[in-house]
Amino acid sequence: MAEKIALGNTQLKLLEKLCNAIAVSGDEGEVRAIVLEEIKPFVEEVRVDALGNVLAIKPGRGKKRPRVMLDAHMDEVGLMIVGEDGEGIYRFEVVGNVDVRYLVGKQVWVGRERKAGVIGGKPVHLMSADERTRKVPLEALRIDVGLDGKVNVGDRAGFATKFRRVGPSIMAKSIDDRIGVATLIELIKHAPPNIDLCAAFTVQEEIGLRGAKVAAHYFNPDLAIAVDSTPAYDLPMYAGGENTSYNTKLGLGPAIYIADGLALHDPRLVRFLQSVAESEGIPYQIRQPGGGSTDSSAIQRSLSGIPTVSVSVPHRYTHSPLSIARVEDWKNTINLLYLALQRITPSMIEH
Amino acid sequence: MDVLPFLKSLVSISGLSGYEAPVAKLIEAKWRPLVDEIKVSRVGSLHGFKKGTGKSPRPSVMLAAHMDAIGMMVSGIEGEFLRITSIGGIDVRVLPGAQVTVHATGSGEELPGVIAMPPAKLLPKEAAQEVLEIKYLLVDTGLTARAVKRKVRVGDLVSFANDPLELAGGIISGHTLDNRASVAALTICLEELQNTPHIWDVWAVATVQEEVSYLGGYSSAFELRPQIAIAVDGTFAKGPGADGWQTHPLGKGVGLCMGPNMHPFLHKKLRELAERLEIPWFLDVTPMHSGTDAFPMQTTAEGIPTALVEFPIRYMHTPVEAVSLKDIQRAGRLLAEFIASLEADFVEKIVWE
Repeated sequence: MAEKIALGNTQLKLLEKLCNAIAVSGDEGEVRAIVLEEIKPFVEEVRVDALGNVLAIKPGRGKKRPRVMLDAHMDEVGLMIVGEDGEGIYRFEVVGNVDVRYLVGKQVWVGRERKAGVIGGKPVHLMSADERTRKVPLEALRIDVGLDGKVNVGDRAGFATKFRRVGPSIMAKSIDDRIGVATLIELIKHAPPNIDLCAAFTVQEEIGLRGAKVAAHYFNPDLAIAVDSTPAYDLPMYAGGENTSYNTKLGLGPAIYIADGLALHDPRLVRFLQSVAESEGIPYQIRQPGGGSTDSSAIQRSLSGIPTVSVSVPHRYTHSPLSIARVEDWKNTINLLYLALQRITPSMIEH
Repeated sequence: MDVLPFLKSLVSISGLSGYEAPVAKLIEAKWRPLVDEIKVSRVGSLHGFKKGTGKSPRPSVMLAAHMDAIGMMVSGIEGEFLRITSIGGIDVRVLPGAQVTVHATGSGEELPGVIAMPPAKLLPKEAAQEVLEIKYLLVDTGLTARAVKRKVRVGDLVSFANDPLELAGGIISGHTLDNRASVAALTICLEELQNTPHIWDVWAVATVQEEVSYLGGYSSAFELRPQIAIAVDGTFAKGPGADGWQTHPLGKGVGLCMGPNMHPFLHKKLRELAERLEIPWFLDVTPMHSGTDAFPMQTTAEGIPTALVEFPIRYMHTPVEAVSLKDIQRAGRLLAEFIASLEADFVEKIVWE
């Protein structure tokens, strides 16, 4: 079997830094700065484009090198301050898809200066029985930064969740998709010579796959792999019985996409990844075909069409204040991609 | 006294209703140098005794702040997930995504966890699409089923785990400020009494199980049999979603409660004192049950004249309860001044108009 990348504390420390950073769609600066600092010594060319994507090229050696685009989005779902009620109380909107039921009773960091805020709720003692069973609509929620606290309309806010390691898992906000960002950084550091590695750290995935669209156009790659994090709904059924709609399960390895809500992934690339995993003894799972999407669909339909596949590290509790993923799944994702990149040949995607 | 560090340590240690021992130890260590005697009652309440200067037999005043916290308990284990039930008045709306600590008795560890909200497709149809009842929620510790089986037992406690946050304007926010903030106020009062002579004996009491049954309020009042009892607790602050007559401005002063749970004479004396000392205060009217230790203490034994001193708490019974440090200081000072003002024959002056 081929040699794999040894992954340890250094990579986990970087993942911690990435997850603790706040980069709500459209305001990805904190993550962009970390990415630029990490990759600059390893790439030949790097640019920040018109939307804020970080686009880096690490060329290989020799002739006929396929251009392989790897994609991970830097942005996260979050909140934006939209109005001021006075005395440190602010209205906000959600950016991206956030279930409003996750918001009451949570702590947030607001703005570049990371001012502390909380999203409170009416005391349970003062609610009618009916009120207690209804979710609090977004219009009724506020961020409270304290009596004479001041933040700005337009400031972004993110959940004040600290990364931690627990047994076989990590607990953090924004595992979707900092785990993909960390994966790309690691692969840039270990890029094989048979390809030109085109790394796209994209913006605005959570609000319509917008960064990936222009990134694919810029790179014009021969093939692309979107590296993301997909929900694992592997919880027990309340009424008993088998959970047959789990999407993915933690601990079973990288999730390879065949079909999601916006794209049928290139079957040649799906088979290729499966064969690499099987020959190298890397566990993997097929994400249950169904809804959802990643940057892959935006890349696939760019230019005259780009063969695309998507690989995700599974995580539980998507778009919530705290998600859980397994360290082993992440390591297996990095190594699946590391070994796959080495085996990419120009003939692979010829008809 | 800068109360913030102590208050932060008070809300960072566990002590759910019925399991107050960890926080009781912390309070005992803080109070020990401030009182003449300190002991734990049969049901776990902490009794700090500070002797007065009057002639024996001296009357005594009991200050009661409950130290217990609302929380949850493991009711079942399903593979790597835990089912939970509530201890005290939990607001289920705040649970999805909340960070918790599982106090695992199988291994004696404190396990970090998160409350999981299963998607609708894993729930029966009758489960509301709105707020999920606690029985549908799960706790995930990030551990494998095998590790969970080894470490966790049904009946293990689950407490909120988010660290307190300092907001602008001297506001601290976190879980369990109801009612550890009152414990801090009692501590401020005891510190003030170090340099303030008082004729009466003082019982500073941190009570147990207020959130469930008022067990500490009933039992400590009976055991100590004070001539006067004062409960210290939070009331509702005005804020987003809360602006009714029951709510009061945050950071603008101490609440003095009136209503059937309180003796009107004591209430009047506290008002007059606050006016004289220029301690800002507001009137909190409670038409029936105050929902505090004032309720059980008042009807203990042959009955005890009781008062209730409060400060406003925003977002009560959520993990982001918010209180003003200034209000806590004010409550502590008012209690100390009131105790110092008690004359030897004060009891005889307590009258009904």
